[in-house]
Amino acid sequence: MSSLEQMYQQVIMDHARAGHGRGLKDPGLIHVGESHQVNTTCGDEITLRVGLDGDTVSSVSWEGQGCSISQASVSVLSELVEGEPLATAEETMEAFRELMQSKGEPLDDDREDLLGDATAFVGVGKYPARIKCAMLGWSAFKDAVIRAGKDQA
Amino acid sequence: MHLPDLRADFPLLTRTVRNGKDLVYLDSGATSQRPQAVLDAVRDFEERHNGAVARGAHLLAEEATGLFEAARSSVATLVGASYDEIVWTENATAAINLVASGIGNATSGIGGEEVARFRIGPGDEICVTETEHHANLVPWQQLAIRTGATLRWIPVDDLGRLVLDELETLVTERTKVLAFTHVSNVTGVISPVATLVARAKAVGALTVLDACQSVPHLPVDVKDLDVDFAAFSGHKMLGPTGIGSLYGRKELLDALPPSVFGGGAVTIVSMESTAWHEAPTRFEAGTQPVAQAVGMGAAAEYLMELGMERVEAHEREIGHLLRQGVSEIPGVRLLGPVGSADERDVIGLAAFVVDGVHPHDVGQLLDDRGVAVRVGHHCAQPLHRRFGVTGSTRASAHVYTTPADAEAFLSALAEVPAFFGVSV
Repeated sequence: MSSLEQMYQQVIMDHARAGHGRGLKDPGLIHVGESHQVNTTCGDEITLRVGLDGDTVSSVSWEGQGCSISQASVSVLSELVEGEPLATAEETMEAFRELMQSKGEPLDDDREDLLGDATAFVGVGKYPARIKCAMLGWSAFKDAVIRAGKDQA
Repeated sequence: MHLPDLRADFPLLTRTVRNGKDLVYLDSGATSQRPQAVLDAVRDFEERHNGAVARGAHLLAEEATGLFEAARSSVATLVGASYDEIVWTENATAAINLVASGIGNATSGIGGEEVARFRIGPGDEICVTETEHHANLVPWQQLAIRTGATLRWIPVDDLGRLVLDELETLVTERTKVLAFTHVSNVTGVISPVATLVARAKAVGALTVLDACQSVPHLPVDVKDLDVDFAAFSGHKMLGPTGIGSLYGRKELLDALPPSVFGGGAVTIVSMESTAWHEAPTRFEAGTQPVAQAVGMGAAAEYLMELGMERVEAHEREIGHLLRQGVSEIPGVRLLGPVGSADERDVIGLAAFVVDGVHPHDVGQLLDDRGVAVRVGHHCAQPLHRRFGVTGSTRASAHVYTTPADAEAFLSALAEVPAFFGVSV
């Protein structure tokens, strides 16, 4: 598999098309945070909304458009963290960040288990210019969680 | 071809990329590669002539000053200016900001009677165009905010050509500055400079030309164009980064207040006040990027040696190959006119959108095939918005670009839709 094919694995292309979590949802009577992020290189934008129910990430939804890497990444994110305890979501986010910094090397089994489909993004680490694309949704998620927390306080 | 194959002059072009593939460099609109003559000039300066320009009382200082000023003369000759009408700046962005900030400083009270013509305020207007690079939009937009003037703009048509139907209502006696690009960095469309300058002159507006995509690619004579200011960068015209030039009519440069203040730019300084040097010195406070200036001078000499008429003919031919080829690939939409090789209003590059595939993904596949292009909005968000897209992919040529480069690019581009599962 070439580096290009490794980056554009089928699971990534499938997620880019499926777009899990696409379409902003009103999470109802829980703490909500929303974040708008822009990839300054290409002008891609994403708005991502998180609903927290106590310590659970009860809802993740988003709107935006971008390259297949950014779209697949936010789709995987939505599937991975929705319904999970906030602590698990944060661990997953940290593992994904480490995967991006790994220069294309796989992570240990524990973190790969946590990442599930997101391990397919390992090939992105070989292309520094694309890490920003893969991180766009995760940056929005991190920010939205903080904003939702502020609501709570 | 109008130019011989010049690849041997450019050491970087001989390297390979991505597992040994030949480099097909089509990102010259963003930054060009440097010929050996430029690399040698910079190195020779550093190894043999480095000294404090216009300050030292020793041989090296004399030599460095001589080379610094000779480089200024080379750049001036390239664009038909007098040597004292060329100001060294960090880049073209800094050159445009120098004019905008100078006008802002004049407005806020710096300078005497001589700056009256630069003052603007509520009721005055600044006019730009919808096709501008952010570097020739944002400084004017912010100047308008700072001074209370109103920003207006000339729209473009579906092919990115300026629509001049409303020119007389957009550029009026209220207009103090008309700033526009010579060549669009997205469509390659050449602006109707004569028409715009004539209108500006009729209403007494200053003209500021973004010449970043023209000076490297076609003959530019600022006196023939009759603009008041023109900005261009070194690194897009085969020179180093960190250096650019502002051309300004001497009498305007001698009146415009500086916006960077410090040593070397002044005549008499007291604790209360300062008198500025004549141009260009008044704009060159602090130690300048001397080796880079020398490199930019060498780049100007290299281009003049090739002959700008031949360069233009070459760029038209390659640009046409790119645009024609792109427009013939199913599922790919060219931004701007296809034009013909001898058409006067478009040159040097092709920006396009592949249906259903994001520019970043397009660029990634091309990169895998050894083809270097630019992706994104190319610092021209309003123009992309006008075309109904967020970004595009751009292939841009220079003197070293060959028809074989265009073919390699087009053949890789043709693979894109299928690779990303888009049926055309």
